[in-house]
Amino acid sequence: MTTRDLFDETYSAVTVNKVRSGLTMLGIVIGIASVIALQAIGTGAQSSIQSSIQSIGSNLLLVMPGATRSFGSTVSAGRGSAQTLTPEDSAAIGQLSGVAAVSPSVTGRYQVLYKGTNTNTSVLGVVPAYTSVRNIQVDQGAFITDADVSASNRVAVIGPTVLQDLFGNANATATPDMAIGQTIRIKNIDFKVAGVTVSKGGSGFNNQDNMIYVPLATAQHFLVGNVSYVTEIDIEATDQSVMTQVQNDVTNLLLARHNISDPTLADFNVLNQADIVAAASSVTGTFTTLLAAIAGISLVVGGIGIMNMMLTTVTERTREIGLRKAIGAKRKDITLQFLAESVMLTFTGGVAGIILGWLIALAVTYLTSIATSISVSSIVLAFGVSAVIGIIFGYYPARRAAGLSPIEALRYE
Amino acid sequence: MNTIIECKDIRKVYNTGGIETEVLKGITFSVNEGEFVAIMGPSGSGKSTLMHILGALDTPTSGEYFLDGKDVSKLSDDELADIRREKIGFVFQAFNLLPRTTVMRNVSLPLIYEGVSKERREVIAAKALNDSAFPEQFWQHHSNQLSGGMMQRVAVARSLVNDPALILADEPTGNLDSKTGEMVLHTFQTLNAQQGKTIILITHEEDIAKHTDRIIHIRDGNILSDEKNQHKVVARHEKEIP
Repeated sequence: MTTRDLFDETYSAVTVNKVRSGLTMLGIVIGIASVIALQAIGTGAQSSIQSSIQSIGSNLLLVMPGATRSFGSTVSAGRGSAQTLTPEDSAAIGQLSGVAAVSPSVTGRYQVLYKGTNTNTSVLGVVPAYTSVRNIQVDQGAFITDADVSASNRVAVIGPTVLQDLFGNANATATPDMAIGQTIRIKNIDFKVAGVTVSKGGSGFNNQDNMIYVPLATAQHFLVGNVSYVTEIDIEATDQSVMTQVQNDVTNLLLARHNISDPTLADFNVLNQADIVAAASSVTGTFTTLLAAIAGISLVVGGIGIMNMMLTTVTERTREIGLRKAIGAKRKDITLQFLAESVMLTFTGGVAGIILGWLIALAVTYLTSIATSISVSSIVLAFGVSAVIGIIFGYYPARRAAGLSPIEALRYE
Repeated sequence: MNTIIECKDIRKVYNTGGIETEVLKGITFSVNEGEFVAIMGPSGSGKSTLMHILGALDTPTSGEYFLDGKDVSKLSDDELADIRREKIGFVFQAFNLLPRTTVMRNVSLPLIYEGVSKERREVIAAKALNDSAFPEQFWQHHSNQLSGGMMQRVAVARSLVNDPALILADEPTGNLDSKTGEMVLHTFQTLNAQQGKTIILITHEEDIAKHTDRIIHIRDGNILSDEKNQHKVVARHEKEIP
């Protein structure tokens, strides 16, 4: 029996009862479509989370102070409370290889006033490098300059949320030019608004739009009142591949500078952005796997449907099997024929499922903010899985057909 | 004259639930090339079992069976399938055509298992259909659109395509009325007389058996008689209506 004949025989057997073949295939179609669609949505969600993490800066390392521990005490005041990072630490980090930019900063929350309105927000003392390290873009006006830092100028760059809170009202949204050049009061000290940043769409407890940036030295002198420490050092590595190395170098440098020999007692933490991305990815990856596994169950159910139909077919066509054996078909010929029928059903179902899954993914892209993406590997996998299901669930019925005695089969009523 | 069939002391014992039943009790006979033989017997005589063994669908418990010079009494299932494919053409009482399938496809079906190309299959099937006097305008009809007599002649054509050494017809007229039965018998007589085909016809009807040259009577698993038919009836050749 040639492959061409096998295909012809299989095609005519499958198309003889189109409704039944179609309904049987539906199980596989739904199974494959849900695997493809869920995988595409999962991948889309993953990349949207990754891109939002990337928006806080690229190749970013954060150095935060550790917890305060009084000498001889085990009481911790919490991470980030220690005043152990100094501007000199920051300068030393800037000398390391693989470091593109360093931005030390101090932060605090203060009441901010403009004429009758006021708000309470984070005020960040920064240096100009902060814009490149944290991907800050200025909408109108100018960012903090080196001259501002060295002269401790009382200038401020405000985020769009602060702009609305201070300059907007219920009837009108504020535009940046309404704010630039105006004087706002932070902790009762006058600051001149020099610029407004572009919205980054940050959300939740760490809204990057609800910020006021002032020169580092100004913040240290007028707001914090202490020039000896910084609350965070942001480091931009030259590229992705050196991030781990830079992280180690920074850790070793700071351990040496702070005279700490036991790394577990370090009074600072170095956070790697890649670690944050990896953690978030692993969460979404787990969800994607979970959803795909549930979709996989429907594939198995579809496969059982195929087996059920194939068993019915074998019983219905017992006489035909008897005849084929009488005219010289071997066990192998009969096995192949029925196996080919189930594989054709699952394979066609698989193709339809891929198209349906793709349409669902497209619809999700249009209707939600998730940009779904179908990977080639998931399509290849779907093809493979549907063929394998056809073989697995078609094998038993095919063997049963091949094992029939021609005499019994010809007599079957 | 070549010997097509040689049976030597064929015995067949069925074992159902520990009870042994001997269905064939030592059958010995031979058939030469070009013979038209009827095997007759009432139901339960063992003629169906004998037909299964002659058709290489089953093997005897003991004894030897040579078909076209080859011992087929001790072959495996797949080897028996090879013998059936190469040497035997079957015609069954119930026609056993594939439904919703064209006449042409039905007739060429055995050639699929020989790996013959589609074009070549249609040439061979066309010759077989002509040999069994099947009208050409119905070749592309579906088998289930035909009358019983026409269906049986499709089955006869199908039994011819592999150019078998032996055509084995099991009650070929059993499902037909006497007129269409006559039609099928005429086809067999023509194939036997004009092309020298060796045909064994299994039947329980004396009237049918009379159309052959030699009648073997089977009773209770033994050959009762094996004699030349002195009063051969020639089937009427009519202008048939399908």
